[in-house]
Amino acid sequence: MGSFLHRHRGLTPYLLLAPGVLWLGIFFLIPLGFLAYEALQSGIFPDFKFTWEFSNFSDSLSGYHEQLVRSFFYAGIATVACLVLAYPLVYWIAFRAGPWRNLFLLFIVAPFFVTYLVRTLAWLNILADQGPVVGFLRDIHVLAPDGRLLATTFAVVSGITYNFFPFMALPIYVSLEQIDPRLLEAAKDLYSSSTQAFLRVTLPLSAPGIVAGTLLTFIPAAGDFINAALLGTPNQAMIGNVIQSKFLESLDYPSAAALSFILMGAILVALLVYARIVGTEKLTG
Amino acid sequence: MTTAAETVALRARAGLGARAWRFVKRHTLTVYAFLVVAYLMLPIAVVILFSFNAPKGRFNYIWEGFTFKNWIHWNAVLGISGALETSIEVALVSTLVATALGTLMAMAIVRHQFTGRGGTNLLVFLPMSTPEIVLGASLLTLFLNATALFQLGFWTIFIAHVMFIISFVVVTVKARLIGFDRHLEEAAMDLGANELTTFRKVTLPLIAPAMLAAALLGFALSIDDFVITYLNAGATQTFPIFVWGIARVAVPPQVNVVASAIFLVAIAIGLGNVFSQYRAAKR
Repeated sequence: MGSFLHRHRGLTPYLLLAPGVLWLGIFFLIPLGFLAYEALQSGIFPDFKFTWEFSNFSDSLSGYHEQLVRSFFYAGIATVACLVLAYPLVYWIAFRAGPWRNLFLLFIVAPFFVTYLVRTLAWLNILADQGPVVGFLRDIHVLAPDGRLLATTFAVVSGITYNFFPFMALPIYVSLEQIDPRLLEAAKDLYSSSTQAFLRVTLPLSAPGIVAGTLLTFIPAAGDFINAALLGTPNQAMIGNVIQSKFLESLDYPSAAALSFILMGAILVALLVYARIVGTEKLTG
Repeated sequence: MTTAAETVALRARAGLGARAWRFVKRHTLTVYAFLVVAYLMLPIAVVILFSFNAPKGRFNYIWEGFTFKNWIHWNAVLGISGALETSIEVALVSTLVATALGTLMAMAIVRHQFTGRGGTNLLVFLPMSTPEIVLGASLLTLFLNATALFQLGFWTIFIAHVMFIISFVVVTVKARLIGFDRHLEEAAMDLGANELTTFRKVTLPLIAPAMLAAALLGFALSIDDFVITYLNAGATQTFPIFVWGIARVAVPPQVNVVASAIFLVAIAIGLGNVFSQYRAAKR
């Protein structure tokens, strides 16, 4: 085998790639094709027929644009909340935590070690109507005496924020950690205040991390349905909830497939808009 | 007109103010950082705390009293141990396969120039940037359209997990391979080792840490996955699917016990890693 590889050196990369590429091809690309095929079918379970039913797209869009808009709205707020929470923390870790850096990074990824559903359910305990948080907020009249946090937009958005926080924090940390401390010393030597040094040196250099973190948070957040299902009501339903229930409960595969493509398309549009704002060179890193 | 003394006093006060401001600013950041860490730890603490709760009714939302009973009788809930077992089995086999396939891909991408490299990179990147629900849904349509070949259950979950773990393995191993000194392999070849021996004796030991990191990440992703698994599991239950089903009725504290146990094992591995890095840095 060794001598065979030696004689056909050009083949080596393809042999190395073949198993993985085949797996991704058969179980990722081809399924996307089947999803497209499904999205253009019509009929009632289990008798679907391929009829180029493009109305599946327009029907689902007009029927569920509310959930679609809500998904992007929630994902947007959660992304901003993640950024506001994460940036100062990872800045502190990168520049102030010294030898404790890795320990604090472990704190950031620790939520990932608790099963997604269980850590989301923990917010049910924390935000419960009889719980201490709601009790306190009622006492200081932030909430009405019968006000609640569960089953509200707040609960769903804060669940999403919590669950996707590490996706924002880690890329920003990586970009902050790579900053050469000599650049900050140079800024100081040139009489910049620490605020100026932050705004003119640190922030621009960490921009790639912010961009990557924003994408890594926003994309899964827009497709999420667990937080809305566990912490919200049908009034907080997101597009993921609709797709999930159409696939597994109402068995309406064609419109579920069409909605999946609409979600992907909408994310793509959001990415393009974002790329226009931040500049493509930052997006591709 | 201000006198010289006044100017000095003013400057001193400004200096004091600036120093106070710097003090506040410095510590505001520290306090903020610790508050965010506390926010991150809060639900974890709640999960662990409520694994020791002795709920009076069916609902484990309110603290009623401390007990070890849930930990001792962790599998007293019907289906929980089977679900956990399935989760671990799926995670083991899918991590094993995905780590092998992903490492090979990473080696090809980093160390060879070939036509289709860009396309391969894209193929690796795409699954990571597709929402899980779309990944799960599209795979389900494949399985539904090929029922003769695939029956929803353990093996469809396995297929799905390998599919979404591969990309993470490629990214992790690639990062390590980029800093790899090719001269070591050339030296081995010059000394008469053939390609297989070189791979076994030189390459593999050097990339083993990256493969281990990738495998741990893959295992964590697999054991935690709900969305893709739920769509492709059929009647098979993994631990997250079990939790989803029981969440609609009432979550027993045993669920917290299992989640806490998984957390504690993972955090022990993580702390071991932090500690060894800390010692390596000190040396």
